Amino acid sequence: MSPPLMGVEGGGQGNVSLMASSASMDSISQKGLGLKERNYLGLSDCSSVDSSTVSSLSEENKINLNLKATELRLGLPGSQSPERDPEPNLLSSGKLDEKLLFPLIPSKDGICSSVQKAVVSGNKRGYSDTIGGLPEMKGSMFSEGNWMFNAAVTDSETQKSAGQAKFSGNAGMNVMLPSGLSGTQPTTVKDGPTKASQERAHATNGTSHNHNKVNGSNNNTSPPAAKAQVVGWPPIRAYRKNTLATSSKNNDEVDGKPGPGALFVKVSMDGAPYLRKVDLRSYSTYQELSSALEKMFSCFTLGQCESQGAPGREMLSESKLRDLLHGSEYVLTYEDKDGDWMLVGDVPWE
Amino acid sequence: YLSNTSTLSTKMAKSFPEEVLEHVFSFITSDSDRNAVSLVCKSWYEIERWCRKRVFVGNCYAVSPRILTRRFPEVRSVEIKGKPHFADFNLVPEGWGGCVYPWISAMAGAYPWLEEIRLKRMVVSDEALELISTSFCNFKVLVLSSCEGFSTDGLASIAANCRELRVLDLRESEVDDLSGHWLSHFPDTWTSLVSLNIACLGSEVSFSALERLVARSPNLRTLRLNRAVSLEKLHNLLCRAPQLVEFGTGAYSSELRPDVFSNLAGAFSGCKQLKGLSGFWDVVPAYLPAIYLTCSGLTSLNLSYATIQSPDLVKLVSQCHNLQRLWVLDYIEDIGLDALAASCKHLQELRVFPSDPYVVDPNVSLTERGLVAVSEGCPKLQSVLYFCRQMSNAALVAIARNRPNLVCFRLCIIEPRAPDYLTLEPLDAGFGAIVEHCKELRRLSLSGLLTDRVFEYIGTRGRKLEMLSIAFAGESDLGLHHVLSGCESLRKLEIRDCPFGDKALLANAAKLETMRSLWMSSCSVSFGACKLLGQKLPRLNVEVIDERGSPDSRPESCPVEKLYIYRTVAGPRVDMPPFVWTIDEDAALRV
Repeated sequence: MSPPLMGVEGGGQGNVSLMASSASMDSISQKGLGLKERNYLGLSDCSSVDSSTVSSLSEENKINLNLKATELRLGLPGSQSPERDPEPNLLSSGKLDEKLLFPLIPSKDGICSSVQKAVVSGNKRGYSDTIGGLPEMKGSMFSEGNWMFNAAVTDSETQKSAGQAKFSGNAGMNVMLPSGLSGTQPTTVKDGPTKASQERAHATNGTSHNHNKVNGSNNNTSPPAAKAQVVGWPPIRAYRKNTLATSSKNNDEVDGKPGPGALFVKVSMDGAPYLRKVDLRSYSTYQELSSALEKMFSCFTLGQCESQGAPGREMLSESKLRDLLHGSEYVLTYEDKDGDWMLVGDVPWE
Repeated sequence: YLSNTSTLSTKMAKSFPEEVLEHVFSFITSDSDRNAVSLVCKSWYEIERWCRKRVFVGNCYAVSPRILTRRFPEVRSVEIKGKPHFADFNLVPEGWGGCVYPWISAMAGAYPWLEEIRLKRMVVSDEALELISTSFCNFKVLVLSSCEGFSTDGLASIAANCRELRVLDLRESEVDDLSGHWLSHFPDTWTSLVSLNIACLGSEVSFSALERLVARSPNLRTLRLNRAVSLEKLHNLLCRAPQLVEFGTGAYSSELRPDVFSNLAGAFSGCKQLKGLSGFWDVVPAYLPAIYLTCSGLTSLNLSYATIQSPDLVKLVSQCHNLQRLWVLDYIEDIGLDALAASCKHLQELRVFPSDPYVVDPNVSLTERGLVAVSEGCPKLQSVLYFCRQMSNAALVAIARNRPNLVCFRLCIIEPRAPDYLTLEPLDAGFGAIVEHCKELRRLSLSGLLTDRVFEYIGTRGRKLEMLSIAFAGESDLGLHHVLSGCESLRKLEIRDCPFGDKALLANAAKLETMRSLWMSSCSVSFGACKLLGQKLPRLNVEVIDERGSPDSRPESCPVEKLYIYRTVAGPRVDMPPFVWTIDEDAALRV
């Protein structure tokens, strides 16, 4: 028992009588799109479902559907490829054809009343009513009597192509590109994840890690895993976004639990006036960790070898500094869960 | 015929005293029934309007405060909604509108006996709150849902002046949290508080003030704390309020200490009437067993801030056999949803939120399978909100066939325009099955790769559909045309980033007067079309929201950024910010 998805079910005629009265609607249901139903059987069957029915589906598609119509094509939103008919099999009666939006015959003067009627009846109107009731859209020029739409076709096409160009512009405006740490993203200022990633990144100051991450992506692979963020998508309330962002940060800081977010640990250096926190997840080897920590604490050692640390001299002394740290008195240790101080590097990184 | 009915109504008026009719009408509470009553004849209209006690204004700009107070002089309860739904996702610019002050001001004069105000997505100032607190001596209920614009000072006036206050519910509002002392403004005597929800407040409220307030509020049934209230202190509150029915914790974390745990567990077990739990920020799983004893009585559980993993969630949820509503993060994973489907046979509403929505690769193993499992196992499931990263037509068809009783189905596949991951086809067939099988469907949100075809299915099958949300879908105006020419019950339509332009909108212009509102952003509707709609349909407000400057400075064919069209009897707005334009009848652009 696998009735087709749309159109005729078992006892399909009964369905048709419930449908809207216009003839074009009936023709759609009677046509029967004949999409093959697939029983959803769970994970193990997915691949067999995939392989066995895809080919039959595409055949059926060819028979009953206009494959072209559902074919994915790249194009600007709002663009219509020239050879693509607007759903011919659905519109076999011709009534719902896009052409109908632009009737070639001038509408009668009874149009005015049909508009009134359409407005008063409120509910579902016959399609032809609404078509007739539409003045041509030619900017500010419109003549009451001549409510022909076809003259507007050329206008609308040009409008549409102009719209296309503008639309992509719009899309461009809405798409937020990853702008790194310092970039401000005005429309996403309220977004918790953005802030969180910026804060995290500040905490992992001086790492060799890829900085071009936006919005809480914590993957360590070099191409940034976060995509350009679109405003308001996915549709999550600002309140929830902010709460989750601070929630995952807090979780990790409080108990160092491996969560989906960063794994922060405190690092202290003997003699330093304050401690730092590093995100262990942003490194993949001990070497990375140790060089990052070097950089992080270099400001303290610098103070030791240069009396006043004039900014211009910093570059020169960096190599000196590295030699100092490498041959240095400083080793990395950590306190494990038993409370013992251990040397960093014995256990494999994972 | 007309003269017959008028004599009939006159006869009726003489034989049926108004007081009797009024008494009969008092049993009619639904708004639509009341509206129907008022249309029967003039005298019924008059009687009805004098005795209507509760009014719902779905769009604050559809009607004016003056029209409201003039028609209904004896209102005791008002509910008003402001900004369009997409404002929740930052699509409505700051300052758009929805200010409640004019309403409060008008009602302060007209309704001295007003008892209840419920607002959603409105801008509420401290002045408005203060005016509420001083104008209505019998004021009992204040619900501010997703509102903003006020601070804790405003709350202090409410606490101090509303002596009959029963409900103060700030659900998810944005409050300027100046200090926690506002709570101390509640009178020192017994209070009549039944429900207090301060979960959205950021800063710490004085705990001792809270404790004393709870102790002197014997009618308290709902208490939702904010995150700042620590776990160790919860038992103090619960012990003072064992009659609680709904409780929201604060941050659910603490160092593991046996005394804290046993206090907490004891306090929870003392609350024999507990039906709903929420809060659970920063959960430490070891403390979850403290609520196990309450699980069998729970009907509502909101774990949507609980960042705990699937095994802990499963342990909890599988004890909640009477659960009707579950909000949870996608940490529950497919495996957890299987357990849910096996244990919670009374489940009616499920919402699964994404834990890390901005990462491309899935961070958890939550797929379409979880939702299918719940649709199979939970026969009463009627409302779904589900965020996931993959979906297939087969799964949607299965869900539709399993659950024809769905009333609300909102699916968000995180990647825009994601196809059926098995076949790479659009998801038209799947969503088509949803509208076909779920004949009572009232609310639908679409996502994934969708062509115009899905809109044909929706237009023809979605007969009871009242609210439809569309994003990154469709191929041409035909899609929008299908929806606007079908969907007999459509009230709210919100669209973003779809290739819909002028044609369908203009061809179905009259439909817009049968709906509450239409929102379109990042589509291809030209300014020229907006002007035309505004001129031709004076009972619509056509608002163009465009932060690029006046639409007059661009060609008329240029698409507008955002468009908000709604029916109104109040005429054009008078409080528009500089980036909102409306078109009045002489085609003049009004700012």
